[in-house]
Amino acid sequence: MLKTEQAASLPAAQAETTPSRRHSGEWWIEQIIRGAGLSTIFIIGLIFLFLLREGLPAFVRISPLNLLGVRWYPIEELYGLLPLLVGSLLVTVGAVVIAVPLGLITAIYLGEIAPLWQRELLKPLIEVLAGIPSIVLGFLGWVALAPLVQQAGAPTGLTAFTGALILAYMSLPTIISISEDALYAVPKEYRDASLAIGATEWQTIWRVVVPAARSGIVIATVLGIGRAIGETMAVMMVTGNAANIPSLATGMFFQPVRTMTATIAAEMGEVAQGSLHYQALFAIGIVLFLLTFAINSLASMLIGGGKQQRSSQL
Amino acid sequence: MQQATWQPCRLSPILCRLSGHTVWLSLFILVLAACSPAVELASAAAPSSQRVIQNKGSDTLVNLALAWAEAYRQVNPDLLIAVTGGGSGTGIASLINRTVDIANVSRHIKEEEIDAAHANGVEPTEFIVAIDALAIVVNLANPVSELTIDQLSAIFTGQIDNWKELGGNDAPIILLSRETNSGTHVYFLEEVVRQGDSGSKAIFAPQTLLMPSSVGITSEIRRNPNAIGYDGLGYVDPAHEKLIAVAADAGSPYVMPTVATGMDGSYPIARPLYMYTAGQPSDAVAEYLAWIQGPQGQQIVAELGFVPLISP
Repeated sequence: MLKTEQAASLPAAQAETTPSRRHSGEWWIEQIIRGAGLSTIFIIGLIFLFLLREGLPAFVRISPLNLLGVRWYPIEELYGLLPLLVGSLLVTVGAVVIAVPLGLITAIYLGEIAPLWQRELLKPLIEVLAGIPSIVLGFLGWVALAPLVQQAGAPTGLTAFTGALILAYMSLPTIISISEDALYAVPKEYRDASLAIGATEWQTIWRVVVPAARSGIVIATVLGIGRAIGETMAVMMVTGNAANIPSLATGMFFQPVRTMTATIAAEMGEVAQGSLHYQALFAIGIVLFLLTFAINSLASMLIGGGKQQRSSQL
Repeated sequence: MQQATWQPCRLSPILCRLSGHTVWLSLFILVLAACSPAVELASAAAPSSQRVIQNKGSDTLVNLALAWAEAYRQVNPDLLIAVTGGGSGTGIASLINRTVDIANVSRHIKEEEIDAAHANGVEPTEFIVAIDALAIVVNLANPVSELTIDQLSAIFTGQIDNWKELGGNDAPIILLSRETNSGTHVYFLEEVVRQGDSGSKAIFAPQTLLMPSSVGITSEIRRNPNAIGYDGLGYVDPAHEKLIAVAADAGSPYVMPTVATGMDGSYPIARPLYMYTAGQPSDAVAEYLAWIQGPQGQQIVAELGFVPLISP
């Protein structure tokens, strides 16, 4: 639908920029815009190079056995990344499991079911939610949520689950807004056709509209994961920061964990530049970078596959 | 053929604005930092005759340093003292980088820090400014009230993990500690977990919760009946936390942490608190340090619950 709009507006744009109107000023503006666009690539390249320069030596100077160990305790030069990796994964997976279904259902309600006045009230409110600084949510989690989790039977209120709850709440606005936009982009004809052949409204939503919006929903999920895995302050306040691999037996999610981001934030202030500890923290940064890169690649693969399937169906 | 191409910026203004939130967040943190009681700049529009002393480091010392800075305004109104926390390691790092005049440190300076300072042309000069008794705290509901250093070491290394082994309830022990950049953490590791044995390689159990601040420890102690932690005597409130009497070994008497037991040396976990300057301090800084070590400064030490160097 949008592509046809673009195609229609293209000749009009060409007509406007006839050679007579193409001043040198316009050339400069084009260059500035191009430069601004390309600067993103340049800056990302620089960040990556910096990360590699500071962090790669850690993989040489620290023995692989140490890096793959189960203890992170820099004072004794123990740099086992495993507990931090498990901590980040537990918190993120927990957040996604809570936030994606909730976000998708909310988006369906907003896009397909809610009357107009509710939608117009709810949508701006959800965007306001996205603007709450993470440290405020972290403080809320620390003061209000942690005691509840402890009362529910966890040994302490500062657990992976508490972190996951806060992160789920933080990624909800992103997931809702983007899923809702994706649902909105599904052509009305799909719904009409489905209803016309006798499907109920629920069948239309679940079998036609949601599958058609799949790529947008996947992106919503990935952005949600991205927000969750990179979040630092809120997580640092509510997860207890114990570099421990929780045992399966006692309820993995209800034990304190230490995430990769919180480790970098908590320890960066004290390290001497260029020391082993400093490089180890950058090594965590590299692992984090690779992890998000992998998640994003996975998402684009999923979206690509979905598109092909859809065009072959149509 | 129609296709539902998904375009984030056209469809979702929120996505385009996501990066904007980072800006807001940093602004917010700036505001927070400006409002934080740990940053005390008496007057923003200081006349040029006023000198500013930058004072940074240990979170244990931060309240004390603030009280000193405030009281010293009466003595020398021309001197502004800016006090910041961040941890002992942070303070020394700033001293080495020459961004502060005085570093507050709650442990002795490390060999590698002295080396790093020398490499940067800085000669750290040490001043003992107060003594801190490290209190072992548990929840008010915890029946345990006495522990030996030996037992504390076993608790914090994870060898003892249930309160019933210490005569308490049948409940798991929740260990609380400061982050590893805290001087208090290092002191506790050396003097309690390793019991002063420099050859010992004992470390905190992996399940130890590392709290970013003293407040983090006290708030968890208050709400968790099974938690145990440590904190400077000046930071504990006996009305809300239970202080444990500590014995140096099984044969010694159990001693409660107080200013008196800290001063006479009978409480086993007490340590000096330091201020470090780069080289010999300048006149203004030297006067300030002498005032701190004198009766007026030490009076404030006692008022804040720390142990003074001289009897007030």
